[in-house]
Amino acid sequence: MAFEGLADRLQSTLSKIKGKGKVTEADVKTMMREVRLALLEADVNFKVVKDFIANVKERAVGQEVLKSLTPGQQVIKVVNEELTKLMGGEQSKIAVAKKPPTVVMMVGLQGAGKTTTTGKLANHLRKSYNRKPLLVAADIYRPAAIKQLETLGTQLDMPVFSLGDQVSPVEIAKQAIEKAKEEHHDYVLIDTAGRLHIDESLMGELQQVKDAVNPDEILLVVDAMTGQDAVNVAESFNEQLDITGVVLTKLDGDTRGGAALSVKAVTNTPVKFAGMGEKLDALEPFHPDRMASRILGMGDVLTLIEKAQTTVDEEKARELEKKMRTADITFDDFLDQLSQVRNMGPLDELLGMMPGANKMKGLKNVQVDEKQIGHIEAIVRSMTKAEKENPSILNASRRKRIAKGSGTSIQEVNRLIKQFDEMKKMMKQMSGMTAKGKKKGKLKFPFM
Amino acid sequence: MSFFKKLKEKITQQTDTVTEKFKDGLTKTRDSFVGAMNDLVKNYRSVDEEFFEELEELLISADVGVVTVMELIDELKDVARTRNIKSSEELQPVISEKLAELLQKSEEDTRVNIQENGMTVILFVGVNGVGKTTTIGKLANKYKQEGKSVLLAAGDTFRAGAIEQLEVWGERVGVDVIKQQSGSDPAAVMFDAVQAAKSRGVDVLLCDTAGRLQNKVNLMNELEKVKRVIEREVPGAPHEVLLVLDATTGQNAMNQAKTFGKATDVSGIVLTKLDGTAKGGIVLAIRHELDIPVKFVGLGEKVDDLQEFEAEQFVYGLFSEVLEEAETE
Repeated sequence: MAFEGLADRLQSTLSKIKGKGKVTEADVKTMMREVRLALLEADVNFKVVKDFIANVKERAVGQEVLKSLTPGQQVIKVVNEELTKLMGGEQSKIAVAKKPPTVVMMVGLQGAGKTTTTGKLANHLRKSYNRKPLLVAADIYRPAAIKQLETLGTQLDMPVFSLGDQVSPVEIAKQAIEKAKEEHHDYVLIDTAGRLHIDESLMGELQQVKDAVNPDEILLVVDAMTGQDAVNVAESFNEQLDITGVVLTKLDGDTRGGAALSVKAVTNTPVKFAGMGEKLDALEPFHPDRMASRILGMGDVLTLIEKAQTTVDEEKARELEKKMRTADITFDDFLDQLSQVRNMGPLDELLGMMPGANKMKGLKNVQVDEKQIGHIEAIVRSMTKAEKENPSILNASRRKRIAKGSGTSIQEVNRLIKQFDEMKKMMKQMSGMTAKGKKKGKLKFPFM
Repeated sequence: MSFFKKLKEKITQQTDTVTEKFKDGLTKTRDSFVGAMNDLVKNYRSVDEEFFEELEELLISADVGVVTVMELIDELKDVARTRNIKSSEELQPVISEKLAELLQKSEEDTRVNIQENGMTVILFVGVNGVGKTTTIGKLANKYKQEGKSVLLAAGDTFRAGAIEQLEVWGERVGVDVIKQQSGSDPAAVMFDAVQAAKSRGVDVLLCDTAGRLQNKVNLMNELEKVKRVIEREVPGAPHEVLLVLDATTGQNAMNQAKTFGKATDVSGIVLTKLDGTAKGGIVLAIRHELDIPVKFVGLGEKVDDLQEFEAEQFVYGLFSEVLEEAETE
């Protein structure tokens, strides 16, 4: 990440005023400046930032922060709460028409990801709601845009309606609805051509499509990396079409995605989905609270926990927890853990969700190389049963054999064994801590 | 105003059409940016903390980027103090000058490295949806018009319809496209394309690649491999690695430039969709914080709206009103 998160920035600001014994109003002002910069660096629109800061300041200058012992944390808490509130608080679902088919129109700038999102949304509707969508190729301008949607249709095994690129989008949309009614599709997803919000004739065309088919949902597709201009784009699309929701794409990148906040603030329509990857199942419902943490560079613990819950085998976890407490973990357990964590997704993605991960020494700017994990697996697999259960017998000649067997180097083997030893040591310390505590704190997330 | 006078002289030596293109393409940026600047000067007569804060916001709102803005503001504060400038009107030309300086920074070469003898290979990289394929189509047209023989390599084997999109461009412009099936190894496509280009003796080979987010390690490795294949097959190639950036992108553009730069030694930037944004400021940030020159800018949707970047033209396009005012003085 190019910029540190807000938490780091606030911490460094606070360390300057530490020892004063009391946080003054002036100190809050400096802190607010940091908050402001963090938001601006995250591409939140400056007008939105201005209003937002005014709100937060009021709360922050009030009793709850000044009297608190940890004013830095308090400020972050307030900021986070306000951000979540601003982004709509609750998660918002896609519309359903009383009388099918539900007509959804996808609009946006060029390259925002409309066509891909149309495919993903169709997949989502079928998978999560068991719907039968019809895809409509109404982008007659971009070369091969129709072909792109058709290919997606083939991949998804879903019908795509197209009339070629010589028929007007209005006509295509109209006929598509007829066809959907005939063939009992309950959703119609219309992919329109990307256009600049300032292009009057093309915006007029969208309006005509809207008037012709009267969509239940008009989704504005916005690239999460969009800068300060996001506000203008959203504003003019909303003015001319009355959009009902927003889809934020390319959120799997390393952008903070401040555009989300800007768009929501200007259009007052909820962000409904987020595009999280290149594959067709990578469309997720949007969670405002998680986005707030992300904009502040605070990580996304909730998603991490959720992912862990769906992939980690409970029984195994409990067993391991016991082992961890007694610190008699073996290389076999280690391998098990590794594969479970890997099931949760790419490691660098997981790391990004961990708060403070980019602050941790050694983890900063870490490029988790999946290949290295493969090496670790190979090393452990090259050990004998006895070695896995009792790593202390690993002498030089055994290590040499393991390195050869796994196709790695002795250095790599040594490193792994050292790390494993350190992990065990750490577990001993931790088990000592939990034994002293009143409650036996359940270790929900082992290994990491 | 000697600075702007010099600029004006330089500009007039060049063709009017290019100047007009830059002026038109930058209309939105100029209107919002210069307009806001004029308002600012009107509203805040004196140069004080408040004025600088507003100016800071104005620059940030144009996507200039926090780091660049902070430095710029500090410099301006210095100038105001040392020259004892009290009124905002007096400071305005200094601001314009500073911005212009940023744009012209060094005498870096914005020309494309075209080989006089032999083949020129240009590799295009960037995140999804920035306009790589469209840029290639437009450039193919440009080089064809200049009488060069051009070949296109359909290296985006991932996105649905990407190969077809390039083929349509190939037909429009009248150049051949070397392709394989969708889903095949892009490095293999490049190998084929380079071989074909060599045996046909073409002048320019334009290589498309799939869009990828810069934080995907595997995909960035794939890109490195594609480049390696080209390097191995043609000594000295690729002669240019152009990173295509969407002008509407915010601060993430910096991350993109850095990561792609590391993986593929980006030699230049193509800034697309500049006509659609009021925030051409990212150009400033790129020029200030990175050592990668901007080589092309997309100033409209027409085939010939992709122009070679010229700092003077850009500055003129941005400040044409200020310049004209200066003339009447």
